[in-house]
Amino acid sequence: MNGANESANALELHGLSKRFGALSALSDIKLSVGPGERRAVLGSNGAGKTTLFNCITGDFPPSEGSIRFFGEDITKFPPHERIRRGLRRTYQISLLFTGLSVIDNVYLSCLGVSRGRFSFIRPRRSDALVATAEELTERVNLWDVRDTIVSDLSYGQQRQLEIAMALSGAPRFILFDEPAAGLSPTERRELVDILTNLPSHMGYIIIEHDMDVALRVSDYVTMMHNGRIFKEGKPAEIEEDPEVQALYLGGDDH
Amino acid sequence: MTMEDFTRKIDASIASRQGKKMWIERIPAGYWIVGFILLIMPSFASDFVLFQIFGWTFILGMIATSLMFLAGYGGMVSLAQMTFAGVAGYMVAIFGDSAIDTISQGWPWWVVVPLALLITILFATAIGWLAVRTEGIYTIMITLAIAAAFFYFTRQNYDIFNGFQGFNSVFPPRLFGVNWRQPLPFYYMTLMWAVITFLVALYLSRAPFGLALQGVRDNPRRMAALGFNVTAHRVAAYAFSAIPAGLGGIMLTWQSAQISPGTVSIQPAIDILIIAVVGGLRHPVGAFVGAFLYVLLKTFAVDVLIALGLSGDRFQLLIGLGFLIVVYISDDGLLGIWEKLRASRNRDPLTGERRG
Ligand SMILES: Nc1ncnc2c1ncn2[C@@H]1O[C@H](COP(=O)(O)OP(=O)(O)O)[C@@H](O)[C@H]1O
Ligand SMILES: [Mg+2]
Repeated sequence: MNGANESANALELHGLSKRFGALSALSDIKLSVGPGERRAVLGSNGAGKTTLFNCITGDFPPSEGSIRFFGEDITKFPPHERIRRGLRRTYQISLLFTGLSVIDNVYLSCLGVSRGRFSFIRPRRSDALVATAEELTERVNLWDVRDTIVSDLSYGQQRQLEIAMALSGAPRFILFDEPAAGLSPTERRELVDILTNLPSHMGYIIIEHDMDVALRVSDYVTMMHNGRIFKEGKPAEIEEDPEVQALYLGGDDH
Repeated sequence: MTMEDFTRKIDASIASRQGKKMWIERIPAGYWIVGFILLIMPSFASDFVLFQIFGWTFILGMIATSLMFLAGYGGMVSLAQMTFAGVAGYMVAIFGDSAIDTISQGWPWWVVVPLALLITILFATAIGWLAVRTEGIYTIMITLAIAAAFFYFTRQNYDIFNGFQGFNSVFPPRLFGVNWRQPLPFYYMTLMWAVITFLVALYLSRAPFGLALQGVRDNPRRMAALGFNVTAHRVAAYAFSAIPAGLGGIMLTWQSAQISPGTVSIQPAIDILIIAVVGGLRHPVGAFVGAFLYVLLKTFAVDVLIALGLSGDRFQLLIGLGFLIVVYISDDGLLGIWEKLRASRNRDPLTGERRG
């Protein structure tokens, strides 16, 4: 239909639903995220947050509803078409090429959004994609292990690699699925640095259980429960909200 | 400049030179030895060995490499590779010269060979387009069905494929005044194409196309989430695999000077799978190791069986048994066994730890 439009919302979801058999993982989600906006999505386990990401990236098509990305209707697009339009994501359970080295993983993520995906010519050291891959590896503090096979990395390093792969190419909007889960306090601080230092036009949605991290890296918060959005507001409002406190502090899953 | 600065500079320059060895220095010693032996082979091997053993090994190795490329790099097990080879062979017979001059067009080789390859690539693209929508066992079934369909089609179609009889007297062109069906020229011709096939397959493993293909094999969902069109990559892999398979099929037709439905029947299709799996799918050399073993077995097993007082028909049983043993003790054919041996040799016998 209509093409991308910079002044439109980065993301606009309308009546989005996803059912797995009888289970309604998402019901009638309505959400808009402005360009450059940083949004946190909070909610207990099973609230449907990851499913929301899967619908946005096209990993699983939604059962109903529409998705607009910078004004363009991408509801019916295959995942790679969405990615090529500047959408990126990380996975809650790392989805990496465990048999390849760190730098090869990052290189593949750069290759995916470039021309020359079908090239038969090996890249030289001076190749622009190789340079970008090296830069990203450095940026997430994995330079020293760049030639290590991914299955030999620590859990925290794998999480950082996920981030590097989401930053490749020219992302316009990134979906982070619990990037801080399982990280050490130092790694958490590094993560917050990486997120707050992203260029201001690069918006994102971050799913995060750690309220401290979530509230520090977001402008606006959406609370989900049982596949529905039940509250939205500024970080300070959400923190004070009695309902949220009840769910988070009194809830049995935390 | 102080002395300290100076030594540091020297150290740095040595280090950088050691890091950047000339490409020729990086070729492992084993390659030099095997390459040298293959080059001087005609000085001591008989015509039979050159033509029948090595010529055939190189050809089957190329067809098996096309499968190694799909299955090893791309994770797609296809039984249609011999069919691709057969399509190319048939096209050479149909557009070029054969004894069946009512069908064969008699066009010059420099039209016929590229045309045959082009048609094979188009055919493989269409088959790939069908097959990549399936996974695992279903890919095997669909490509098997295609191999069977092509076999029965060639056997029943007399207008183009000359049915049961096929085509005989299909000879290679007399390029440079050489009769390329003579053992010596044939040996070098097949050797050259086998080496090219091997090197290209090896080179592609680290080129974007090959790397992306391995990504598609390991994690198609993630590849799509990185912007790759997984289906397009798989179809392209089929199309590309048609080149070594097609070249192999053309030379196979020239070697036996004929092509008939028997060349593309189910048995040869399965044999290519056995060659590739027994050799090992991890590295292109596996395809040639597997082909060599297959040719040796197929050529000498009958004699050995008869010498042992057994029936020569047991030949297929022998191949089947060998296949079973290799697959049982190794996760990657003969290459896997080789890796295991090497790993255990590098292990300290006392502590079991790896040396250096
Ligand atoms: N692929 C799937 N098949 C079936 N059910 C699923 C699938 N993915 C998620 N679900 C279900 O959907 C609900 C929401 O899951 P999820 O989105 O992963 O929650 P969250 O990320 O908020 O913890 C859960 O009940 C989960 O079991
Ligand atoms: Mg989740």
